Amino acid sequence: MSDFTKYLAGRVTAGGMNRREFMGRSMAAGLTLAAASQLFDTSANAQQPKKGGHLKLGLEGGAATDSIDPAKATSQVMFTAVRTWGDTLVETHPQTRAPLPSLAESWAPSPDATVWTFKIRKGVKFHDGKDMTTDDVVATLKRHSDSKTESGAAGVLKSIKSIENKGGDLVVTLVSGNADLPQIFTDYHLVIQPDGGVDKPTAGIGTGPYKVTSFEPGVRMTFEKNANDWRSDRGFVQTVEMITMNDATARIAALSSGQVNFINRVDPKTVSLLKRSPNVELLTTAGGGHYVFIMHCDKAPFDNNDLRMALKYAIDREEMVKRILGGYGKVGNDFPINDTYALFPEGIEQRTYDPEKAKFHFKKSGHSGSVLLRTSEVAFPGAVDASVLFQQSAKKAGIDIEIKREPGDGYWSNVWNVQPFSASYWGSRATQDQFYSGAYLSTADWNDTRFKNEKFDKLLISARGELDERKRKDMYREMAVMVRDEGGTILPMFNDFVNGATKQVKGYVNDIGNDMSNGYLASRVWLDA
Amino acid sequence: MPDLKFRARFPLLTLIVERLLLSLMLLLAVSVLIFGGVEALPGDFASTYLGQSATPQAIANISAELGLDKPVVSRYFSWLGGALQGDFGTSWASRNSVSEQVGRRLGNSLFLAGFAAVIAVPLAIGLGMLSVHFRNRMPDKIINVISLAAISLPEFFIGYLLILYFAVNFGIATFPATVYESMGLLERLKAIALPTATLVLVVLAHMMRMTRAAILSVMSSAYMETAELKGLSAGRAIIKHAAPNALAPIINVVALNLAYLVVGVVVVEVVFVYPGMGQYMVDAVTVRDMPVVQACGLIFAAVYILLNMLADILAIVANPRLRHPR
Repeated sequence: MSDFTKYLAGRVTAGGMNRREFMGRSMAAGLTLAAASQLFDTSANAQQPKKGGHLKLGLEGGAATDSIDPAKATSQVMFTAVRTWGDTLVETHPQTRAPLPSLAESWAPSPDATVWTFKIRKGVKFHDGKDMTTDDVVATLKRHSDSKTESGAAGVLKSIKSIENKGGDLVVTLVSGNADLPQIFTDYHLVIQPDGGVDKPTAGIGTGPYKVTSFEPGVRMTFEKNANDWRSDRGFVQTVEMITMNDATARIAALSSGQVNFINRVDPKTVSLLKRSPNVELLTTAGGGHYVFIMHCDKAPFDNNDLRMALKYAIDREEMVKRILGGYGKVGNDFPINDTYALFPEGIEQRTYDPEKAKFHFKKSGHSGSVLLRTSEVAFPGAVDASVLFQQSAKKAGIDIEIKREPGDGYWSNVWNVQPFSASYWGSRATQDQFYSGAYLSTADWNDTRFKNEKFDKLLISARGELDERKRKDMYREMAVMVRDEGGTILPMFNDFVNGATKQVKGYVNDIGNDMSNGYLASRVWLDA
Repeated sequence: MPDLKFRARFPLLTLIVERLLLSLMLLLAVSVLIFGGVEALPGDFASTYLGQSATPQAIANISAELGLDKPVVSRYFSWLGGALQGDFGTSWASRNSVSEQVGRRLGNSLFLAGFAAVIAVPLAIGLGMLSVHFRNRMPDKIINVISLAAISLPEFFIGYLLILYFAVNFGIATFPATVYESMGLLERLKAIALPTATLVLVVLAHMMRMTRAAILSVMSSAYMETAELKGLSAGRAIIKHAAPNALAPIINVVALNLAYLVVGVVVVEVVFVYPGMGQYMVDAVTVRDMPVVQACGLIFAAVYILLNMLADILAIVANPRLRHPR
């Protein structure tokens, strides 16, 4: 069964698709009539989602400073919350990340991908009973992209020239072609609000499966089912409660005592303990987030590619995945893309720990003495341990890494993106283009490796406007090889999302888009009594 | 001199007024210190808050809206102007009224601290007296060993032990201890059972040992011997002579511990997921949310100052000798 068919079967199970729709789409995906019919029956009978119940989540990543304004949603808790009360124009396929219709029914680009027309779904109501219109969509997108914006999505919307309502359709004109615009509109900041949320950004009113019933920042947020939800394949539990629990041990205690149904960010070090608990299930999903050691390509001694290569060969990736991630992750290959991205360039040779090659490049670089690596507990979970592992494996290659442990507070303003060699992490982005544009383009705001390569920049821009997927994939491959062999990123590992739930929780969808089922956790699961 | 006369006639009143004025100046100094401290921290609010998703444009827009581009001194005075009128401003991050949020969080902190104190203070003093009564005998030793063991363990560890046994293994206690607005009193009390127990264990030993030491030192003093020799009954001797002299140090220790219960329990709040002041302030410092940090800092300082002042006044009331400093 292909992933897509599996996904369709999941939708049937979740009650969101009738027989006719399922058959049509499965057969389009290449399944025979008999096979599709049989699959529909087993899926429909296997696990009917149960309606009702109270879903209680214990989540890391909330603070008293959280705002319910989607433009300012940055924490994990607000990310999930926004997905629970609001809808974006486009969603992504949980397994392939292909764009799927949500509040936009369909879309089409102009041949050069600079003008996009989105058909907006009709008959959708906001929680306050008002109809959701194209004007609301236009106002929302404008609020996140105009010159007065304070939105976290401002960066991904930079290339927008105009946003218009043309005869009920949303028409977006871009400065230059971008084949990924639908994926950009899956960004969680961009949930559609009445009048764009211009007057009342913090009203918490959207079109999502749940209405916000109470919100105490950093403490607790509650929701109840939106009885007028425009979709029937989601929102099974009656009420949802999100409790902010920033202490890892507290989350584990709450889950294993059954006082919450779900927790996020299980520490790999304690996974084995959690597994012993009979009523708990571990939910792990591969993701595009990764941990890195970043070198500034324009500062000595890291302006020497041989030194960068020496350090890339001097890191033991397998050991890092085992020790730092407890096995919940995959080795990285020094470019920031893995197979959770669409158009992932397959077949690039995996770089492995090779002390001999490291020695060779180190000698060739002519560098003598030690290199200073700055690290901190906040760089990523286990960053200090990972730095020490790096130091040990480099030592065997004759490279002396000196470790400086920096205070966590202020690390992101004083060390990261400032000092020439430091530990850091990146979350996943919707597309390869978004990632490279944010962190590898010469002019990118967060080019934290100072990787500046004209050829790379040109490729990135032309790939962005390329609608032919084959050509595009080749370009991304070329770019990946450039970053891998010339960039300043040492990327030892991609981390899995590790969550835990009680066995009552059913229907969890492993979504490679982001943590917690790409934030859709509360609307996708149900509780089995 | 009339001034001296007033002072001599109402020594207690004078002292209270003096202390209050001093406290106000202290609070002002504290507010300058906090403002300067947060200002000196690396990173500004807008870039810390938006993190990796920030663009220079968004950062500039936020800074302009909050007036962060104005000079430090003028920002301090505009904050001070508001604070003097009881307006602590709005949180930069959540854009909610600071007074309202702080009020709720402070209420939670006082609720937890209050219950811990109601249990811990009488228990500590009672146990202290018990151990004096059974000095160097079995009950004294048991009380000492247990309370010292409790104070030697870090508070988060006691918390985790209680959670492990009472919430996870036996499943009789409520966890997490999150309280929220719509919660009834009984539910609330159930929720805070474990954190209260943790706090009681943490502060018990300090107060208990001080009670024991104070009473013992007074009991072995010459005037107690005289009282006994001149034929006073034990009860009269304790109430008239021993208690006033022993009370001052006990009150001081109790006040210190009460202050700790209100302002020093961040770790316990985190472990039990309790929405108190400590966690609130830590969250605010993390993103440099100045109005919230200021309000929290001032409240913490005020609690310390008030409790210490109260301790001094009570000690003076209990022991008239202290009213006339030599």
